[in-house]
Amino acid sequence: MDLDKINVILATDCGSTTTKAILIEKVDGQFRQTYRGEAPTTVEEPFADVTIGVVNAVTEIGELAGRRLVDEQGRIIRPASDGEGCDIYISTSSAGGGLQMMVAGVIKQMTAESAKRAALGAGAIVMDVIAANDPRKPHQQIQRIRELRPDMILVSGGVDGGTTTHVVQIAELIAPAKPRPRFGNEYKMPVIYAGNRDARPLIEKTFDESVDLKIVDNLRPVLEQENLGPARDMIHDVFLEHVMAHAPGYDKLITWTDAPIMPTPGAVGNILQAIADRDGINAVGVDIGGATTDVFSVFNGTFNRTVSANLGMSYSISNVCAEATMERVLKWVHLPMEDRELRNRVKNKMIRPTTIPQSLEALVFEQAVAREALRLAYKQHKEFATTLKGVQQQRTVGDTFSQRMSGLTIVDNMAMDLLVASGGVLSHAPRMAQTVAMLMDAFEPEGVTYLAKDSIFMMPHLGVLAQVHPDAAMEVFERDCLIYLGTCVAAKGVSKPGKPCFKYRLHGSGLDEAGEIRFGELKLIPFGPGQEAELELEPARGFDLGAGSGKRVQSKARGGTVGIVLDGRGRPLVLPEDPAQCRTLMGDWVKVLGLYADSDQ
Amino acid sequence: MAHAYTPGLKVTEGAILRRRRVLPIAGEVLVEAGARVGARDVVAETFMPGDVTPVNLANLLALPPADVPACMLKQEGDWVEAGEILAQTKGFWGFFKSEATAKVSGRLEAVSSVTGQVMLRGNPLPVRVLAFIPGNIIEVIPGEGCVVETEAVFVQGIFGIGGEAFGPICMACSSPDQTLEAEAITPEMRGAVVVGGGRMTLAAIRAAKEVGVSALISGGIDDLDLQGFLGYDLGVAITGSERMGLTLVITEGFGDIAMAKRTFALLGKYAGREASVTGATQIRAGVMRPEIVIAMDPDVERSVPETARQDGLLEIDTTVRMIRDPYFGQIGKVHALPAEPTVLASGSKARVVEVVLETGETVTVPRANIELIEE
Repeated sequence: MDLDKINVILATDCGSTTTKAILIEKVDGQFRQTYRGEAPTTVEEPFADVTIGVVNAVTEIGELAGRRLVDEQGRIIRPASDGEGCDIYISTSSAGGGLQMMVAGVIKQMTAESAKRAALGAGAIVMDVIAANDPRKPHQQIQRIRELRPDMILVSGGVDGGTTTHVVQIAELIAPAKPRPRFGNEYKMPVIYAGNRDARPLIEKTFDESVDLKIVDNLRPVLEQENLGPARDMIHDVFLEHVMAHAPGYDKLITWTDAPIMPTPGAVGNILQAIADRDGINAVGVDIGGATTDVFSVFNGTFNRTVSANLGMSYSISNVCAEATMERVLKWVHLPMEDRELRNRVKNKMIRPTTIPQSLEALVFEQAVAREALRLAYKQHKEFATTLKGVQQQRTVGDTFSQRMSGLTIVDNMAMDLLVASGGVLSHAPRMAQTVAMLMDAFEPEGVTYLAKDSIFMMPHLGVLAQVHPDAAMEVFERDCLIYLGTCVAAKGVSKPGKPCFKYRLHGSGLDEAGEIRFGELKLIPFGPGQEAELELEPARGFDLGAGSGKRVQSKARGGTVGIVLDGRGRPLVLPEDPAQCRTLMGDWVKVLGLYADSDQ
Repeated sequence: MAHAYTPGLKVTEGAILRRRRVLPIAGEVLVEAGARVGARDVVAETFMPGDVTPVNLANLLALPPADVPACMLKQEGDWVEAGEILAQTKGFWGFFKSEATAKVSGRLEAVSSVTGQVMLRGNPLPVRVLAFIPGNIIEVIPGEGCVVETEAVFVQGIFGIGGEAFGPICMACSSPDQTLEAEAITPEMRGAVVVGGGRMTLAAIRAAKEVGVSALISGGIDDLDLQGFLGYDLGVAITGSERMGLTLVITEGFGDIAMAKRTFALLGKYAGREASVTGATQIRAGVMRPEIVIAMDPDVERSVPETARQDGLLEIDTTVRMIRDPYFGQIGKVHALPAEPTVLASGSKARVVEVVLETGETVTVPRANIELIEE
């Protein structure tokens, strides 16, 4: 494909409920996202053909753009000619609940965790992890495998050349369970084996013809190294061959696209990784939905993704309140609210998930729940995104007092350069300052961090595009996908309220401001999109802004729709125990950031 | 746009219901097309492969795994009773033999010389599917199950707990807004499908369970009462597998909320009649709501035909219910359907509907926050 001849790109994302289409066109030599359209996804009865929803969404774009994209036979017109068609068509999919997998490994914290990382990285939901050191008894594990109906199973275990016994033992648990796939009674359960290569013949012997066994390179060939690529690629292949091919209409959709259809979260991970690689930054992305929250991170080039299956804003809202406790949720609320009433409201949202907050009180409460959902999802992410466990550390005398171990989190809030938000409660907040507040309270970024949101949840589309036309994907990502909200400057450390926290000086783009932030204080400096200012920071003793305790920092602040937030509330962010005191404090923060109409002067 | 689609819950006196009743795995269908079945009749049956119990003989006999097959006293395919000797070591000059016995009964399915494990598979587990609703078999799905069809009164609830239950309808409240208290539950209600009015209290649920009520239906429930009954806080609305000894169906929602008048009147009209109830709820893609089905006797009566109104169309004068605070549970008629999005008190912009409440007050609410109800 000659990339220079590509001028019009059409991309769709077939979600569980909505199919979203975007049109990308070359305008004055640069790729821009120009139109978008959406239509209900048509995977379920009575339509049972995903392409109907795709055609509907694309037709809507066509009408808006004044460009005929679908022909009389209901097919996407290619290549583009004057006022008609597109040059490339690509798609992602999470319809039908996305890709659901079960993974297995010998040691839960080692090969099983690597297998889980491979599955999550490929965009799957991991339903369960089976391991030899599982606290469950073998028959309980077999029972569990029988109950689950995953789309595929990934089996790993053992380093190459190591003992074969344990990984065969794992296979012996799975084989008699005769797991059945979720879709289609007639097709065999795909089992991907990515373990000790010496055990391959034994694994082949263990599984009978009731499963479709695929063998790829070991995902943990040696303890010190992960090799997730081959397993991830095979997951994508099986996803296309089996899962997608059995979802209604996908056989047709596969023939329409110019690049393999990717699971939606896999595509989001792709684009975030591409951006982090290109700019040499550490980035965190979050997508909070109704049922689940996905967190993606790239730190020092290492990509991780987690899915918190039961942390979401509608289907799972009750679970967020149960896990976080209502007391903790209410700490983020500045208005008086009644506990019994709120509990009933939470359950009513769970059973009628499509309702939206009408009153200010309802919005404030939902955003409080969102903070807790995000906080819990990020906590899970930090626990998962670690250095490889089980790796022996070379220690010297100098390390005697250092307690660094393998398996530490690689997520470092101080090193995070960019935090990208997406998902209804963050993207559709009536005021962008609300999005900023939710991100800051839940993620507690440290030092200098740019905050942005995905304007219309375009990251999945761009993730697939990055595989076909990376330049176009990058251009659109920078210009149309991200809406910069501003910069958060937050010092790590705690002190007493009113004590000095850090001094700051901002100059550039017409801004020249200096001052001091005291502990507990929050300050908002409006600074518009596209602007940049030099930032000089001088933390007080005991506070760190990136260079160490009390050390000066030179950085850049980026403007956005909200501006620059100077956060002296300390890290970790500790809220008062007393509910009344907490509510007063929340009221102060709401006022400073101008979060709600009741705080407007 | 003149219309908007807002799905509501089905409450109808004249439904032709078809229910697909299939086994989770292939099995035998016990009915033929055209047959009449009762709600509790078994229509399909199968046997799941029994539970598997691995036994690590290499560990038990302190042998290298490769030596295990030679020590087996039972062969693959043999049935082994609990306590029977599975394998024995050769010992030293015929002495000091070690033995490993089976902890459970089962068929010896596999012996591994790699891990030294053997697999014992227990007796097949029967899985039966009931007809659930009385009616005619209109289709047999070979090896899987069948489709049962019946004319029935059909009421969908919003949320439920517990699986399929059966029994005669028994009214426990005199009005749709009356709270269902423990005092309203009497010993005569054993095995019945008991219908309350407004909120059901925890005391009433416990009384119903004690009496042996089959299913309890009412307008609302307090979250804390549900938690008290279940013993845990429900995180996601995927229910139906609870074994609480009682099926619960909530028709409207959580909190103090009256049952819709039409639902209450309809269930009252059929008091004494046999009903099939399921509490199974799944609020995800492919939504599943709890159901109450009262089948008609085809020889004696015919169901009342459904009104001609098209399902799911939001029009002026349609009766709607608010399903979100600040007007949660209130009922009114659509007064206007402004096309342009409106800014709400929360600051969000959304498409709205103007509704005249039963109190005469006109309120503006987002279209996402109402549902149609049939009168």
